[in-house]
Amino acid sequence: MSVIGKYFIFLGTLFGKGEKLSVYWRRLMEECVGIGVSSIFIVAIVSTFIGAVSCIQTAYNLVSPIIPISTVALIVRDMEILELAPTITCIVLAGKVGSNIASELGTMRITEQIDALEVMGINSSSYLVLPKVVAAMLTFPMLVIFSAFLGIFGGYLAGTLTGVITERDYLYGIRDSFVPYNIFFMCVKPFVFGFLIASISSFKGFFTSGGALEVGKASTQAVTNSCISILIADYLLAQLLL
Amino acid sequence: MIEINNISKAFNGKEVLKGISAQFQKGETNLIIGGSGTGKSVLLKCMIGLVKPDQGNVLYNGRDFYHCDKDTQQSIRREMGVLFQGGALFDSKTVEENVRFPLDMLTTQSPEEKRERVAFCLQRVGLEQAAKRMPSEISGGMKKRVGIARAIVMNPAYLFCDEPNSGLDPLTSVKIDELIKEITEEYKITTIIITHDMNSVMEIGQNIMFLYQGNKLWEGVNTDITKTDVPELKEFLFSNKLLREMQE
Repeated sequence: MSVIGKYFIFLGTLFGKGEKLSVYWRRLMEECVGIGVSSIFIVAIVSTFIGAVSCIQTAYNLVSPIIPISTVALIVRDMEILELAPTITCIVLAGKVGSNIASELGTMRITEQIDALEVMGINSSSYLVLPKVVAAMLTFPMLVIFSAFLGIFGGYLAGTLTGVITERDYLYGIRDSFVPYNIFFMCVKPFVFGFLIASISSFKGFFTSGGALEVGKASTQAVTNSCISILIADYLLAQLLL
Repeated sequence: MIEINNISKAFNGKEVLKGISAQFQKGETNLIIGGSGTGKSVLLKCMIGLVKPDQGNVLYNGRDFYHCDKDTQQSIRREMGVLFQGGALFDSKTVEENVRFPLDMLTTQSPEEKRERVAFCLQRVGLEQAAKRMPSEISGGMKKRVGIARAIVMNPAYLFCDEPNSGLDPLTSVKIDELIKEITEEYKITTIIITHDMNSVMEIGQNIMFLYQGNKLWEGVNTDITKTDVPELKEFLFSNKLLREMQE
């Protein structure tokens, strides 16, 4: 409980007396590149293959002659939009971005760089962490939209190239019974997950003490705690918004 | 002038500092010496606001750092320059950006003014050629000098140095000591140095305070230190073979 309390106090310090807006803008842009742009490659790879595998495995299970083959594409689309793109992508990002944030801040802590900021009279948590949290909340939804698109495209490639579904059936399936609200739901999830990943990982890194071993531990804990929080939040959001 | 009164600090019930009081004069190099684990770094952290003492106060020209409003505390912080043990340079920034950082964050100077000030500080520590290099590309001694340049870029009234000679060869160590002393006298800064380097003690220690197990056991000037009767200080001083031979 004390850790949770400390986490909320830490979140409060992010909004304490800050620096000039131009400083935050510059930091936000740096973090958007570091967190968002540098994650495009891994998101693209993971999403395309997950979409491809979803298509093949769904087709493998749909053997009934009374179910039209276009249903494969409909299932791939809904799986991607509702769960795979937002949740799996964010779990992948928890590993990449979360460990990066925790190890960066942990190293800054043990090499006295954070102390140097505090001695200068700079709100170190606000200066270092707030741009990371905002950048994650901004870039994760974009990455998830990109992921969903690539996932559905991966399904199309795998389905048509292996012959399990025709191009016509696939294109029909992904447009069939489409619920636009699901897109909104898909974008809410990474917004929340981005906040959780960036804030939990920053919290773990910011309060690291000791040496290289502790930085490694903080990084591992950041990923573990972020993943658990994503799964809990995923359930709560599904319960609340669907 | 910096005045500390009755500073005490304990971690998990273990007393690290036991009622330390002292005065550090302007324009002088004040050294805090002692063996490892005697509380030197904790005392420094109490003075610069990184660790809050359990008891006592720290006065900066009469302003009580721990019992004043946030704005005063902030203005005191902005009068401090700190050289950390490892330099504490920001890894993602070049030498020049590291030195310019406090100006970017805390002043409204024009880019031209900042460029001039950074160039002056780098030139002052003899590193104008290394301005575009990253901290990972420079030596330990250079990192310390960049740390000094960053510490003085805001024209501080108080300069704190945490073991400025640690990990340096004797020649570089002497150069760093001389640089700190010159800067202290030139800009009339109140300088406090944490060290256990005996060469620094003898060369630049204008006022010296000896800590032992969280207590202040001795205070004086470097010319008197070798005449001390305090057994713990004698043991500390004459563990150095050269000084032992000098004494004999």
